Amino acid sequence: MNANQPVIKAENLTKRFGDFIATNAISFEVYKGEIFGFLGANGAGKTTAMRMLCGLSVPSSGTAHIAGFDVYRQTEKIKRNIGYMSQKFSLYEDLTVLENIRFFGGIYGLSDQELRLKSDALIEQLGLQSEAKKLVGELPLGWKQKLAFSVSILHEPTVVFLDEPTGGVDPVTRRQFWALIYEAAGNGITVFVTTHYMDEAEYCHRISIMVDGRIAALGTPKELKAQLNESSMDGVFYQLARGAKNTD
Amino acid sequence: MVSVNNITKTYNKGAVKAVNDVSFSVDEGELFGLIGPDGAGKSSIFRILTTLLLPDTGTAKVAGYDVIKDYRQIRSSVGYMPGRFSLYPDLSIEENLRFFATVFNTTVEQNYHLIEDIYVQIAPFKKRRAGKLSGGMKQKLALCCALIHKPTVLFLDEPTTGVDPVSRKEFWEMLKRLKQQGITIVVSTPYMDEATLCDRIALIQHGRILSINSPQGIVAAYPGRLYAVKARDMPRASRVLSAHTPPINSYLFGEYIHVDGQGMGDRDPIELLNGILTQAGLDSIEVMPVIPTIEDYFIKLLTT
Repeated sequence: MNANQPVIKAENLTKRFGDFIATNAISFEVYKGEIFGFLGANGAGKTTAMRMLCGLSVPSSGTAHIAGFDVYRQTEKIKRNIGYMSQKFSLYEDLTVLENIRFFGGIYGLSDQELRLKSDALIEQLGLQSEAKKLVGELPLGWKQKLAFSVSILHEPTVVFLDEPTGGVDPVTRRQFWALIYEAAGNGITVFVTTHYMDEAEYCHRISIMVDGRIAALGTPKELKAQLNESSMDGVFYQLARGAKNTD
Repeated sequence: MVSVNNITKTYNKGAVKAVNDVSFSVDEGELFGLIGPDGAGKSSIFRILTTLLLPDTGTAKVAGYDVIKDYRQIRSSVGYMPGRFSLYPDLSIEENLRFFATVFNTTVEQNYHLIEDIYVQIAPFKKRRAGKLSGGMKQKLALCCALIHKPTVLFLDEPTTGVDPVSRKEFWEMLKRLKQQGITIVVSTPYMDEATLCDRIALIQHGRILSINSPQGIVAAYPGRLYAVKARDMPRASRVLSAHTPPINSYLFGEYIHVDGQGMGDRDPIELLNGILTQAGLDSIEVMPVIPTIEDYFIKLLTT
């Protein structure tokens, strides 16, 4: 893959469920090492779009390539080259920290040796040495989420998809989580993230805001605020999402 | 209307202290917020107050009734919307509502005025099964079901978690209207911006209450001054401030970095911050005093 090629490229990507168009001809590009915020109201079509980009749902029309792979024909290759975490699905609560790292690393095809090196490094980086043999279910949510993120990029994917990773997390841990995101992006991993915290929209390099299945705005936080003549991302979001029909 | 005295609740034979010596009271007609992250102990407090969980120690009263002795009276006089969607997924919107009204010996018609504002928004789908509703519609139906027996106190456990900013704003508008009808409301949320919409709030973390005050009172009680910093290269500015010795308490806050003015010595913080950033080669630097928010206060409590 050429370094200047977009890591995610969607063109007129569409998904219909019967008469309902959940994702309506969205087009955008995301580049290597970029933190791309994918915002929108509940019901705007974010999850549907994300499922197509992860190779989990076949588009009705349009095209998309992830890390150069086609979302129609190369879904298995896509799955090997991405990481995924969400507030809902993260780790196995009844496995220990170490077991979770080994399990997910193994699934992503890391060798035993790689796994040993990586799990030690990861546990040290997160300061979880004394928790390594504890069940994940016993960890506070913030730690779980930081661990889940680190596990999702253990296999050094090209892109990591984060679906509301910081929901319900305390304000200090939320910021530590973003420090991890910055580090990953600094190492060249492309980050595709959704959030309902508007201050977090400011931490993204570029963001898109979906309304009723379409991308209503796309740009840097600064550009969007200037375009819509708002002083905060909160204002930008309200202005765009207020008129939505598919809100739930 | 609600009084909680030294309530403690542990799980796993005392290994996990979910609620740790918590006391607070809520006045009649008040909109009271429990503000804190997941795992702070909010849900345990709600479950104790709605008589679904027994405290280890301490006492609590709701609408004049004791949560242990008078659980029957409490159950018929409070409304409770748990954090997890708990209606019957196989019943339609109107069936769920009628079911809850009947269980409480009333009818939908009798108290319709309480839910009308909210119900009209989901009425077009009243034949749809609750399990097939979108998140926002489920939330509105759950609120209707919690209100249909005209409770004196309404307990809402994280009603807006995972809800987008526009729908969250609408939900709080609904709460304001319910408050105007005289219903006492206790609500929890992990979103600090929603705290400002309550009459009074308790900030809670690790089972302990850190502070109880009006939102204005909390902000006014912020010790010292707070500054907002901006530069062209924000990630670098953030790194420079984090790496500074002596340490500076700084953190990202939307498009700015917030810096806690306390512990910065005798020098004017604005001058000092400008100096540090200029010396590090940053440009387009802005430094100005800002009014702290509840989130700033919470961060201060957690980090110092």
